[in-house]
Amino acid sequence: MRTAIVRDPLQPSAALAEVASVANGAAIVFVGTVREVNDGRPVTGIEYSAYEGMAARELAAIAGEAAARSGTTDIVVEHRVGRLELGEASVVIAVAHAHRAEAYDASRYIIEQIKRRVPIWKREEYVDGTREWVDPTASRTEIPR
Amino acid sequence: MTITALFFASYADVFGRDQVEMEVPNGSTVGDFLRHLRALDTDRRLPPAPLVAVNERYARPDLVLRPGDEVAVIPPVAGG
Repeated sequence: MRTAIVRDPLQPSAALAEVASVANGAAIVFVGTVREVNDGRPVTGIEYSAYEGMAARELAAIAGEAAARSGTTDIVVEHRVGRLELGEASVVIAVAHAHRAEAYDASRYIIEQIKRRVPIWKREEYVDGTREWVDPTASRTEIPR
Repeated sequence: MTITALFFASYADVFGRDQVEMEVPNGSTVGDFLRHLRALDTDRRLPPAPLVAVNERYARPDLVLRPGDEVAVIPPVAGG
């Protein structure tokens, strides 16, 4: 199991290779990428920033929870920070398991928990040159679980 | 006692900085800290009860702070 906040471009195929083993009948990789339009506005890039110590701690906790739920420790999660161009990967989640159902479940659990509780923020840059912090939660303020 | 307040993303814009040393009375809770902070948010741009993390863990309003704590005010997260 390995989790990290990273500044360099993510390598999904390397993450997949890291979790693959002959004990596993299923290996999947989820890649989150920068989309060209958000809420109808054309986007030119995104700047990701993080509370890095806490983000690293939360990522590790989430991977540990996914391991306990699914029964595999063949998990790699990396989240990128810094400025990303369109199409670049912001997050990579590689999971391998003896069986596909558990691999999919673990991957889904990890991305949903990242979106709920890992202290990472993104500022979108638009074609008109303006920039805005994205609030996908409508300012939800209860403690995430 | 002195604590270190951290502001991120849109909240750093609200306060015009990402970190400040703050004096709060001994025995202050997270809730007391937020009331203290509100005095600095003259334009009322923070939500009524923003998320707070103390020493890198999400904290409830009744948590009692200790000298040197790192108290982060956490805007709505947007990772993934």
